[in-house]
Amino acid sequence: MIAFIVRRMVQAVVVMLVVALLAFMMFRYVGDPINQMVGIDTSPAAREALRQRLGLDDPMPLQFARFVANAARGDFGVSYQFKQPVADLLAARLPATLELSIASALFALLVGIPMGVYTGLNRHAPLAKLFLAVSLVGISLPTFLIGILFIFVFAVHLRWLPSFGRGEVVDLGFWTTGLLTVSGLKALILPAITLGLFQMTLIMRLVRAEMLEVMRADFIRFCRARGLTARAIHFGHALKNTLVPVITVTGLQLGSVIAFAIITETVFQWPGMGLLFLQAVQNVDIPIMAAYLMLIAALFVAINLVVDLLYVVVDPRIRLAGRAT
Amino acid sequence: MSELPAVAPRGRLADSDLLAAFLRSRVAMLAALATLLIFAAAAFAPLIAPHDPYDLASLSLLDSLTPPAWRAGGTTTYLLGTDDQGRDLLSALLYGTRISLAVGFASVTFAAVLGISLGLVAGYVGGVVDAVIMRIADVQLTFPAILIALLIDGTVRGLLPGLTREESAFGVLVLSIGLSFWVQYARTVRGSTLVEASKEYVLAARLIGLSPVTIMARHILPNVLGPVLVIAAINLALAIITEATLSFLGVGMPPTQPSLGMLIRVGQDYLFSGEWWIIVFPGAMLAILVLSVNLLGDFLRDALNPKLR
Amino acid sequence: MRGLAATIVLVGLGGAAWASDDTTFRYAFQGELSGLDPYTLNETFSLGTLANVYEGLIRRGPDMEIIPGLAESWEVVDDTTWRFHLRRGVTFHNGNPFTADDVLFSAERVVSEGSDLGARIPPGAQFVKLDDYTVEVRLATPNPILHSEWDAWAIMDKEWAEENGGVAVTSASAETPNYAALHANGTGPFKVVSHEVGVKTVFEANEDWWNWGDRSFNIDRVEFTPIASDATRVAALLSGELDMAYPIPVQDIPRVSANPGTEVLTGPELRTIFLGFDQDRDELLYSDVKGTNPFKDVRVRKAVYLAINEDAIAAKIMRNLATPSALMISPSLYARSGEFERLPYDPEQAKALLAEAGYPDGFSVGMDCPNDRYVNDEQICQAVVAMLAGIGIDVELNAQPKAKFFGKVLASGGYDTSFYLLGWTAGSLDSHHVIFNLNTCRNADGTEGGAFNLGNYCNPEVDALGAKILVENDPVMRDQMIFDAFTIIHDEVSHVPLHQQGLAWGKAAGVALVQRPDNKLLFDYVKK
Repeated sequence: MIAFIVRRMVQAVVVMLVVALLAFMMFRYVGDPINQMVGIDTSPAAREALRQRLGLDDPMPLQFARFVANAARGDFGVSYQFKQPVADLLAARLPATLELSIASALFALLVGIPMGVYTGLNRHAPLAKLFLAVSLVGISLPTFLIGILFIFVFAVHLRWLPSFGRGEVVDLGFWTTGLLTVSGLKALILPAITLGLFQMTLIMRLVRAEMLEVMRADFIRFCRARGLTARAIHFGHALKNTLVPVITVTGLQLGSVIAFAIITETVFQWPGMGLLFLQAVQNVDIPIMAAYLMLIAALFVAINLVVDLLYVVVDPRIRLAGRAT
Repeated sequence: MSELPAVAPRGRLADSDLLAAFLRSRVAMLAALATLLIFAAAAFAPLIAPHDPYDLASLSLLDSLTPPAWRAGGTTTYLLGTDDQGRDLLSALLYGTRISLAVGFASVTFAAVLGISLGLVAGYVGGVVDAVIMRIADVQLTFPAILIALLIDGTVRGLLPGLTREESAFGVLVLSIGLSFWVQYARTVRGSTLVEASKEYVLAARLIGLSPVTIMARHILPNVLGPVLVIAAINLALAIITEATLSFLGVGMPPTQPSLGMLIRVGQDYLFSGEWWIIVFPGAMLAILVLSVNLLGDFLRDALNPKLR
Repeated sequence: MRGLAATIVLVGLGGAAWASDDTTFRYAFQGELSGLDPYTLNETFSLGTLANVYEGLIRRGPDMEIIPGLAESWEVVDDTTWRFHLRRGVTFHNGNPFTADDVLFSAERVVSEGSDLGARIPPGAQFVKLDDYTVEVRLATPNPILHSEWDAWAIMDKEWAEENGGVAVTSASAETPNYAALHANGTGPFKVVSHEVGVKTVFEANEDWWNWGDRSFNIDRVEFTPIASDATRVAALLSGELDMAYPIPVQDIPRVSANPGTEVLTGPELRTIFLGFDQDRDELLYSDVKGTNPFKDVRVRKAVYLAINEDAIAAKIMRNLATPSALMISPSLYARSGEFERLPYDPEQAKALLAEAGYPDGFSVGMDCPNDRYVNDEQICQAVVAMLAGIGIDVELNAQPKAKFFGKVLASGGYDTSFYLLGWTAGSLDSHHVIFNLNTCRNADGTEGGAFNLGNYCNPEVDALGAKILVENDPVMRDQMIFDAFTIIHDEVSHVPLHQQGLAWGKAAGVALVQRPDNKLLFDYVKK
């Protein structure tokens, strides 16, 4: 087991290096950062001088080596645009993204699981069919459009909820939270639902499928034979057995939720890392892009590792090491 | 947007009595009808469309923002009205659907072929090869489709500087969406392969000296096709949505050859201004298309799962 | 620092986000305030916002007229000597007095490495302190527009910069953050309370401002939020969460105006949008014409001009929020601009000219266009493509985000374009800026001559006039020379000017503010 973990750690480092390399290749083509850092009428000579000070004229391998060496020390450089250490910028934006992601995951779970259970148990009920159809509508429109429609209806027409930002934020010193104020909670609703809709649909359908299968499994028949109540069977045994895949999928999805918060954050001007990243792409702020990608990569690698370990625990038949061929 | 888990069941395609199940399901039939109609409209767009939306010389700014025919100021020349450039919206819609579907099919095919091959190899060969492929899959998952699109878009431009967006957009989209979907096939196929490969019949096949390629193609592949088909159906819907999202981020089709997603992106600028038809028609078209394909995917999943019958 | 902590607590415990507070002014802009160092970026929004905190020697009033700022008065002693008399009794936000030393320090800092505002001071100019409140500027050559951009040259506190390590400009390439990038200490009517980059910046009124007694604002707090998405920004204004938002997309103007409680303030902007041609290469990079460059032929350039229906663009794409222009400069910046007229829209004549030039069936050409820089830039380009298709020119449009677009078409990209759309604002508010940067011959890498003359239109006569205009002190003579230069440029179709795009600011009905054509929002004219 330890050997397995060590091996996976080594692999994780390799993965991170590859991500860094790919990211670096990408930066060459996103655009020229210099144009975003100076005014339009700055002379070509001044631009060239700036390019040299930034080391952008150095050969790619050298730039890459410099980046990796600094990143290993936790130094991701200074944002071209904001002139602040990227680590600070990301740290300041992290709470917003995490609160949004967790809220959306909670929404997805709390709505998705009950709907999945219901549709799984009452396969032919009209309400179950309605749930299924409605859930499909949620993934039949692109996220950005859903977000804009939400703003249109709930912020502009009904004026129930704010259209942008995090509302009033309380600074706890190590964390800024919008969860302690009314306006902060209100501001969270629309973005969290927009982001969570897709996951909710996913979880609901997953739970339904698992329920359908589990309900036909032998041990459930035993339960029935033993005369357990339907309620005890459904929630005590069937649901419990569907939860393993749900947890796995939710775990795996948490990473992509954070990554895909980019779009939700852009639509709602939610001051998180995704918004920071997308604007960095537009402004060719290479240090921010690099650090963000590394962070997301680290997150994914960690989640993958945990999920792999879970698999092993759940199903010992899948052997850890490669098989002899 | 992101990957759907492989909730698809195991089961051989040939085992299921698809047609009977299909005829029993009214929803599936409706969805199939809608899908067929849309596919046909897209396929025959050049014959049906009243105007050629790509013929820029025929566009007149003076005709721009005409409302649909049944509204005041509308004209039967432009049944669904025109967009900001004076393009006939009905024609743009037909051609846009065609492009969206083309992107969808091409990227799903690409993802499936790539994912199945890598999954089979990883699961069957195992060892270092498996580890390498699955680590690549991890890296792959790290890069959301938008980043892949940016990377590929940039690389293509870097390598072929003479290429314009009109020429490169389709390929870039197919590559980036395809690359962000293959992992799912690979993981599913690898999982099934791990299970199948340890079964007696595969051992027997190996003992009698069949080559690995033959074993994979003849004995393992058929067992994993069911789930793959279901993933493919759901992925088609997802690919079309992803294309729309990429349009929002500015790496989609060029506005002179708009896909459904691009039409929606352009249309969202007119959400507040009263020219609702520019966004409502493409949005509805996209929703109906994706919904139908999803419903068909659902049906396939249930029908192919022997345990649910 | 104590103020900052107090505000954070205040923010934390504050009430609803709705703009109910009568003395707080909340606004949103599409871009971010990247830093607080006023010398780092020569860009309108950054300079305009910081102009509320820092002041220059001069100011510009509601109609762009030059009025005294930190200099109470000035005189031109001779052709090359200017004398500035500084305002007395002015203090920086930290309480330090403002003196000639601060001007000399700022003059040195603004031309140092890392400053993007080096052009504020002409090469060879010397700043000499005559006494604590008098500064003399000695020039190498006469310069009638020396002070024209000095409203956007912030005077910084020497002691403050030295104490806090903010002497060096926060260079765009800085390894470590500079104190001045995160803190501000000006003399202006507003102080920076907190600056969360890309999230929110809070300002508060400076009661020690030298002009406090005559102030024309009644707000005491300003909150700025960047909102990049057009739809979200408009929604936030419509829903009453903001007092002001800009820019408002042209198609949303009727909606914002019709909405009870909000209205739109429109006006002309200084920026001119135009088309340019590669007239430098012997063969275009992106064209099916080989061995020759059709754009070197004035008839072809004129044909393009005649084929474009600018009135339709202004009416349909810009929804009348654009002023078709015959010149490359805003009419408000050149007194004799009324003497020029756009060539009429005449596709027939355009076709005839093309045929005469040897292209009866037209030709194909690639066009570069930004899609996130100017108002409806991509739509304008699409319309141009359609219009040119009408005379047989087959344009392949390459519309890209500004980061890519500028990286390709400017000097750093090797002027990699055949036909492009660009916008230009005369930074000095003077015609010379346009004649020099966009119309004088340049060398291959743009280090000499008009660096932004992307297509290298080149006429020695224009160059000679440009050089004379720069040093001519007599206004009438100068305007005549400008007239002559513009006439040549117009006749030879160096570029195809399209229009000055309009400004559209959305605001709550109860808010009064001044909209200047330079698109800078001045807090000290805001009344709520």
